[in-house]
Amino acid sequence: MKYLPFALAAGLAVASLGAPATAAEITGAGATFPFPVYSKWAEAYKKETGTSLNYQSIGSGGGIKQILAKTVDFGATDAPMKGEDLEKNGLLQFPTVMGAVVPVINVQGIEPGKLKLTGSVLADIFQAKITKWNDAKIAQLNPDLKLPDANITPIYRSDSSGTTSVFTTYLSQVSETWKSGLGAGTTINWPAGQGGKGNEGVAAAVKQVPNAIGYVEYAYAKQNNIPFALIQNQAGKYPQPDNKSFQAAAANANWSSAPGFGISLTNQPGDEAWPITNPTFILVHKTTDKPEQTAEVLKFFDWAYQNGDQLATDLDYVPLPDNVVGQIQAAWAKDIKNSSGQPVYKK
Amino acid sequence: MAVLSEQLVKPNLLATSRSSKLPFDQMFRLASFSSALVVLVVLAGIIGSMFYGGWPAFREFGFGFITSSVWNVGQDQYGAWVAIVGTLTSALIALVIGVPISLGIAIFLTQLSPPWLKRPVATTIELLAAVPSIIYGMWGLFVFAPLFARFVQVPVTSLVEGIPFFGTILYARVPSGVGVLTAGIILAIMIIPFVASITRDILDQIPSMLRESAYGIGCTTWEVVRHVLLPQAGVSIIGAIMLGLGRALGETMAVTFVIGNANRLSLSLFDPGSTIASRIANEFNEAIGMQLNALLALGCILFLVTFAVLVLARLLIARVKLT
Repeated sequence: MKYLPFALAAGLAVASLGAPATAAEITGAGATFPFPVYSKWAEAYKKETGTSLNYQSIGSGGGIKQILAKTVDFGATDAPMKGEDLEKNGLLQFPTVMGAVVPVINVQGIEPGKLKLTGSVLADIFQAKITKWNDAKIAQLNPDLKLPDANITPIYRSDSSGTTSVFTTYLSQVSETWKSGLGAGTTINWPAGQGGKGNEGVAAAVKQVPNAIGYVEYAYAKQNNIPFALIQNQAGKYPQPDNKSFQAAAANANWSSAPGFGISLTNQPGDEAWPITNPTFILVHKTTDKPEQTAEVLKFFDWAYQNGDQLATDLDYVPLPDNVVGQIQAAWAKDIKNSSGQPVYKK
Repeated sequence: MAVLSEQLVKPNLLATSRSSKLPFDQMFRLASFSSALVVLVVLAGIIGSMFYGGWPAFREFGFGFITSSVWNVGQDQYGAWVAIVGTLTSALIALVIGVPISLGIAIFLTQLSPPWLKRPVATTIELLAAVPSIIYGMWGLFVFAPLFARFVQVPVTSLVEGIPFFGTILYARVPSGVGVLTAGIILAIMIIPFVASITRDILDQIPSMLRESAYGIGCTTWEVVRHVLLPQAGVSIIGAIMLGLGRALGETMAVTFVIGNANRLSLSLFDPGSTIASRIANEFNEAIGMQLNALLALGCILFLVTFAVLVLARLLIARVKLT
């Protein structure tokens, strides 16, 4: 007992000795969706430069709160922040990588990638307006398929998630009844079906429930070989969900149409564009109290744009097209300044 | 130790040593008192901050927050009824399944088990208590639910179809394996270790003389358990059950995975539902504004429900003691 104070003091001394003295560390918090690719990038970046990244995937909402409170060097969010909010809080927003959402199905006798759906049919299914697989509206799109006379069970994300937000943003764009009824958001008041927690929960439910349909991140569906369905894009075509069709959606998009590149890549024009594609975003303060930290953040993402494409593709994320990266770098150089008004980013 | 006993045998030294120990004794009292105080302060702090956070939701929706079953984040309309019903139903199922099994385990271990089997069974139960709840959730979702759907939901549904009452509560519209009943079963597995091991300790503490005299006058094992052991241990067993119930009401992760997370009331136990804790786990991460307030208000309600259950348990114990 009487050695306790000594033990405590010794412990403290050891702890303070162990604290890193020089190596730079950048901290970030936010979206869970890009967490795997950010940690891969961080690992490679640390090997090359010695600068480490401490990223906490606490969810987009948490990331926004943390960057507003300035407890982190950058925040990360899946759903873009609105222009006026960026303006009000003095934040700069830029995209890093893209992902996509695919509908996954479990219908006997239908092979992966064979079922064709339009956005409005998808909306009707999740609104429980279409309840049978052999409904005339689905049959009309799939004349070659033998559709069962079975009830459809919609499976949704029960936890609030960016995936739901992207999916319902798309449904709001293509269906008036969806827009005025359930709307877009991270949590929806689903009228029918069953909820699973996380991509894994939705995927498990779809696998277990015959005649179910759900939606998951493309990367998750691909890595787990879950049968998916095709969706008609704006040009009336049915592209395969893959890197090519996601890149096509990004290439055709007009990124400067929204402040902070805050466009949604859903329902983009182009024959090859996958209709439910989404970028994920980073938030930093425009006028920074800690210019050297912000400079490190920009350096890290600069490095990732130049060297991180392969790592991202390995994890089934989609790198941004080069012209978008150029626009982002221009925005960094123009907008991010230290307290005396000097630009922080140097190419 | 040697020094201490030397002091004890020297009466003239004893007085001085006692007086020098007095401040220590006071400090000890103070320390243990503040340990007890910490619990109260933490509890008050949690209740206070949750009530403070939930207040806007209570003010906005009033009593309707409890009785309404609407939970629409898009339109900022919130009601807790579905979650309250789901919480109570799943916890009740857990007790109905878990308590008899726990009592069986405890009675077997203390009265019937051959000595060589006692230790393995007891250790297994303690190990069950140490399994993290996420493991139960994952196991429930990936292993238990598919089996449950195939071997219970499908046959039972075709069996009870058309029969009044059972045809309603045991009808699976979508035999997915998850739902309120599945959550109750997983909860039962989770509370069994607690209830069983506390009950075992209670039964162990009953003087063996009582038991032996009962056997001595020719009682069967059943009579000994029913008329001697259970009346002796009754009150304490209710305490053990309440501890299990408290866990079942507040369990979060495992339930979130297997309850199906639908904000709909259904008469069928096979249908998906949601509990207060699972709703909070699902939505807290990204909640802002009124949604956050509503979730904190849900937390307050869970406190109240648990508190009400504990009060009921106290009343029950008091009644049992009287008779």
